[in-house]
Amino acid sequence: MQARKKYVLLGLCMCCWLLLYYWGGLQERLLGLITHKRGEVARPWPSWLDRDLLPGYADQAELQNDGGSGDSPRQRRQSWAGIYKDSRCRMDTCFDFARCQGQSGFRVYIYPPEKGERVSESYHKILTSVVESRYYTSDPREACLFVLGIDTLDRDQLSTQFVPNVDERIRGYPLWNDGRNHVIFNLYSGTWPNYTEDLGFNVGQAILAKASLNTEHFRPGFDISIPLFSKEHPQKGGERGWLVRNTVPPRRKYLLMFKGKRYLTGIGSDTRNALHHIHNGKDIVSLTTCRHGKDWEKHKDTRCDHDNQEYERFDYQELLHNSTFCLVPRGRRLGSFRFLESLQAACIPVLLSNGWELPFSDVIQWNQAVIEGDERLLLQVPSTVRAVGIDRVLALRQRTQMLWEAYFSSVDKIVLTTLEIIKDRVYSHISRNKFMWNALPGGLLVLPEYSTHLAHYPFYYLNLGISPGQEFTAVIHATSPLVSQSQPIMKLLQVVSKSKYCSQIIILWNSEKPPPHRSKWPPMPVPLIITDGRRKTSSRFLPHAAIETEAVLSLDEDTVLLTSEIDFAFHVWRSFPERIVGYPPRSHFWDPVKKAWGYTSKWTNEYSIVLTGAAFYHRYYHHLFSHYLPSSLRVLVDRTSNCEDILMNFLVSSVTNLPPIKVAQRKQYKEMPTLQVSFCPSIESGTKTAPWVNPEHFTQRQECVSTFASWFGYMPLVHSQFRLDPVLFKDHVSVLRKRYKDLERV
Amino acid sequence: MCASVKYGSRGPALIPRMKTKYRIYYITLFSVVLLGLIATGMFQFWPHSIESSAEWSLDRRSVHDAPLVRIPMSSPIPERGDLSCRMHTCFDVYRCGYNPKNKIKVYIYPLQRFVDEVGVPISSTGLSREYNDLLSAISDSDFYTDDVSRACLFIPSIDVLNQNSLRIRETAQALAMLPRWDKGMNHLLFNMLPGGPPDYNTALDVPRDRALLAGGGFSTWTYRQGYDVSIPVYSPLSVEVDLPERQPGPRRYFILSSQTAIHREYRVELERLKEENGEALLLLDKCSNLSQGLASVRKRCYKGQVYDYPQILQESSFCVVLRGARLGQATLSDVLQAGCVPVIMADSYILPFSEVLDWKRASVVIPEEKLPEMYTILKSIPHRQVEEMQRQKWTSVNSPLFLPLIPPRSPGFTAVVLTYDRIESLFRVITEISKVPSLAKLLVVWNNQNKSPPEESLWPKVAVPLKVLRTKENKLSNRFFPFDEIETEAVLAIDDDIIMLTSDELQFGYEVWREFPDRLVGYPGRLHLWDHEMGKWKYESEWTNEVSMVLTGAAFYHKYFNYLYTYKMPGDIKNWVDAHMNCEDIAMNFLVANITGKAPIKVTPRKKFKCPECTAIDGLSLDQTHMVERSECINKFASVFATMPLKVVEHRADPVLYKDDFPEKLKSFPNIGSL
Repeated sequence: MQARKKYVLLGLCMCCWLLLYYWGGLQERLLGLITHKRGEVARPWPSWLDRDLLPGYADQAELQNDGGSGDSPRQRRQSWAGIYKDSRCRMDTCFDFARCQGQSGFRVYIYPPEKGERVSESYHKILTSVVESRYYTSDPREACLFVLGIDTLDRDQLSTQFVPNVDERIRGYPLWNDGRNHVIFNLYSGTWPNYTEDLGFNVGQAILAKASLNTEHFRPGFDISIPLFSKEHPQKGGERGWLVRNTVPPRRKYLLMFKGKRYLTGIGSDTRNALHHIHNGKDIVSLTTCRHGKDWEKHKDTRCDHDNQEYERFDYQELLHNSTFCLVPRGRRLGSFRFLESLQAACIPVLLSNGWELPFSDVIQWNQAVIEGDERLLLQVPSTVRAVGIDRVLALRQRTQMLWEAYFSSVDKIVLTTLEIIKDRVYSHISRNKFMWNALPGGLLVLPEYSTHLAHYPFYYLNLGISPGQEFTAVIHATSPLVSQSQPIMKLLQVVSKSKYCSQIIILWNSEKPPPHRSKWPPMPVPLIITDGRRKTSSRFLPHAAIETEAVLSLDEDTVLLTSEIDFAFHVWRSFPERIVGYPPRSHFWDPVKKAWGYTSKWTNEYSIVLTGAAFYHRYYHHLFSHYLPSSLRVLVDRTSNCEDILMNFLVSSVTNLPPIKVAQRKQYKEMPTLQVSFCPSIESGTKTAPWVNPEHFTQRQECVSTFASWFGYMPLVHSQFRLDPVLFKDHVSVLRKRYKDLERV
Repeated sequence: MCASVKYGSRGPALIPRMKTKYRIYYITLFSVVLLGLIATGMFQFWPHSIESSAEWSLDRRSVHDAPLVRIPMSSPIPERGDLSCRMHTCFDVYRCGYNPKNKIKVYIYPLQRFVDEVGVPISSTGLSREYNDLLSAISDSDFYTDDVSRACLFIPSIDVLNQNSLRIRETAQALAMLPRWDKGMNHLLFNMLPGGPPDYNTALDVPRDRALLAGGGFSTWTYRQGYDVSIPVYSPLSVEVDLPERQPGPRRYFILSSQTAIHREYRVELERLKEENGEALLLLDKCSNLSQGLASVRKRCYKGQVYDYPQILQESSFCVVLRGARLGQATLSDVLQAGCVPVIMADSYILPFSEVLDWKRASVVIPEEKLPEMYTILKSIPHRQVEEMQRQKWTSVNSPLFLPLIPPRSPGFTAVVLTYDRIESLFRVITEISKVPSLAKLLVVWNNQNKSPPEESLWPKVAVPLKVLRTKENKLSNRFFPFDEIETEAVLAIDDDIIMLTSDELQFGYEVWREFPDRLVGYPGRLHLWDHEMGKWKYESEWTNEVSMVLTGAAFYHKYFNYLYTYKMPGDIKNWVDAHMNCEDIAMNFLVANITGKAPIKVTPRKKFKCPECTAIDGLSLDQTHMVERSECINKFASVFATMPLKVVEHRADPVLYKDDFPEKLKSFPNIGSL
């Protein structure tokens, strides 16, 4: 009986199951009929029988004649200027290029501030950046670009920093010229409740460098979108990005985060009011608070209390550090502080700001660093960011850091980028390409006057899949007159010219005596060029036109080297063409007592400087040294006849973020460890009496380190703990097998 | 996703080389248009995926069989294009719904022949060959759907490539009659020749509401950035003439002007340049004495001398592309196809695909006003740069760890010891490694399935966590698995018989790795050599002056490379290594060198790693067959990678004060063995 019951039950179950299955199947089929036959092959565009008979869209003659040649180009250009003004401004029609074609080139003038004029902290920084840039001029006649002395950053009428009557005042400027060749900086436009793009005065034909620019009002190729930055944003240097390592897998504790205000009404509230929907309390933290503004309680809704509570549970900084993605939704305006904050924090920005023209969009390829979302599709954001693979997260994250450090970490960089973008437009055929702007070390460190060819720079060899050239130019800095044929320089010339990689030698004559006659120099297997350095120390880093090779071997006249030492160092340099590769190392350190940077020539286990009395580096650094660094630093070098090597190390490390490289050097009897005296300036260059026995020389070097660090705004020097030696250096193997055996001779 | 897709698709060639067939051109064109749209933001949210493509239907018909549609006179006309349209204002994203396959769907309207009330067609050409091919290409792509309700993007079958052949008003009415027109939302029109006499608008004049426009010849005033897409003007010559590929290098002429419809003012300027610079310039024009017809479009003349076009373009370094009545010129396509560097002079012109292409790397753009200075400007461009421009394609290494970071010392490294059954030597290795200050964790990869690891109590006592991971199969690739247990960036891969390395050497190796986190930093160095007699690569383990590999029997590297080795190793290398039980280290060297373009770093002079009694070369390596096998590996891998990625260097890294006359006790790393 029991068994029968069991079978009946089982049978019934089977029946039910079958029924369900059938019914379900039927329904599925019905559904399929109603909607569309899924899985069926889509009906493609037909392959017409008479495809070959179809006419071309245009005949050849039509394409080549192009409907005649049109109007007179000259007339067209003239008429454009009349039509495309104001909101339709472009560089072609609203910018006076002739102003920039003068002798002085690209110069920027700032209107002097009027008496009693109050300028906000941020605007003060912007003006300082311009004044300290290499483009500043105090003479309006040679200016190509004009910057207002009036603070136009905050154009919110309700703001305390709002400057009234701007219209009348700028009209009083004799050079205003309807704004032609002027740049107007602005961070905040419009006011409650609509926050329009209106600045409250007529911008005319001036270029707007504005935060939160809307694509609709943006005049492409003319205006420049800048990031919103706070008044605490540093003038110079700026904090490094927060990324210190590339952990794998790259996911952080939280996937996505947002912490900020929720607008209950007004512009931007559509998005801000919805953000709480994606909060899951686990890997997605989206916190909003109603508590902002004076009368928030008036608009308070049912969520507010709970949200406010949850809001306090998380710390914004902690979230920034521990989140893979950061939501950057629009606020009242399109741009927000959190954009730069996420960028610095290596938290990949997920933008929800429809119509925002991203900062420096002319030159920066943002899709490599951010995810551009759509405010309308907020609810898809979680699944979208979840789908981003680890390779892309790694790449996006590193790129946030690259962009932050290249263009955003200081007001100087933001302002300089703005100026450089305009300069690239003005001299469009001598400008940076997109690759230069978007590859390390960034556009500001690429001076197109040097070259527009990527292979001429030390930075792109790997990207181009090429290696640096096989030859170098030796530049010998000579300060003592030539009196005897046994002078160290004679020996040096011989040694250098023997290297098979040496293609030319340049003697930079910096002695008080005139250079000796050609016949006094020994015969050379390579061309020997004597140039006058005008007795300036900085002249050793002038971009001499005679240098034809990528590699430069910089030498002091009394440097003692072997040909094989030179050859080996050159080999090493070819592996690290963006760095300085040299022999005697030095180091900087932080002196906690003096609270200042110090310099030491002690033998230590690490170094951050190699002396340029004997070093290889890329010739582009001559160009950067002479044109990128401010003249004040070069003047300091010339006045003291000192520190040029430290400055070069600062420069190169600031470009690469990496230390120089010390290579093996033969032991010389002159070299004595200087342990006993702590700051003994004994072996600055290995030999001789001259400047470095002078204790003042050493004190100067200490001061230089501080001066340079303050100009850079941070300490760019980086320590290294290794030295590169030949593979078989000092190995217990037959000397005959060693390529650089001379290095081991004492 | 967009960045990678985009780069992938344009990797080999900057400009589609319209060589073999129309179809390739149109597939590329359409993909770039779509990618252009994606790049501009709207479609960021649809990671692309691939679905099997539809097959060709077999019913073959004539275009004349398409149904006739009569447009009533009073039929509504769309509004003129709205210049303020952007993706977020004029595009309906909801139609693109987040479907489970994560894909944008494109619908093509079936072909209809529109005629006005009296039966005159709206277009003098009807469907052109080019537009037909374009539509076929789309219908072949994965984006295509024939289900109008699932579509995100709609493409009318009304051909508007050439405005000259259109009746503007009637075409507009026809557009508005499309069943899903809805103010042109999500509709995409393709146009190559916009405007007409006398003023030649730079965008299609057909009123089109909010439709997106892929147009050739936009100016900065008509182009809606992030909404429209600028495309090249197609030149049919590219299919008619098959030009041989020219190597970059100097050409017979420096500058060539081949256009026939150059404005008088500009021709005067060009002639002046020609007078000044003579033979370097070739200034061609129509041939006046030739009979009209097809032949004449393929001929150019200078002072009675006849040249073949477009072949002549290959004889010049630079080719002038001046604007005519329109901004977009078909000549640009000819010039690019011929491998001549275009000198584009068309003020306000939005160059094709300018949002994704870096035109400054492939062309010279000069303001029209600077035409008189053209020669000087072009002369100032270095030869090597001209050659790079001619090449039009760039091989490039994009290292995944490209940021110059020197990671902090603090988290230390994870040692991963691969072992089978050499317990005694394993324990010695563990004891030695555990003395290294920066060691964070020890992982023992137990590759012996037949034997269990010794009991916990028997293991050496170490201060850091020690974990034994038992593997399922005895495979060499197990050592490179990205175990979750590896929580540090730095991994020290070490064999269970490497007993000679001192803790100073290991710590120093870690410090060096911190300065080169994207490289292999290891102790035993090896070299690959080209064997001229055999005509293939050879493995070298002698004491040489050069290094191109470091063995992963003792090497530091970034954990990311574990991930690459396990999941992204090209070809069958991974299986090959596991099958041969050899060369996993060579494979790793290939992988890292290939993706970073950089050489490994050999640290410290040490040559012996296993036992003091052994000879100069380590035990295993002595075996002759082993050496042959290693050489074979190199040849095999080089063929899989289709290149030899290994880089040879002559240096190794030693501590700054190594072998210097300096008190040993003050050195950070005094205990550096020299054997």
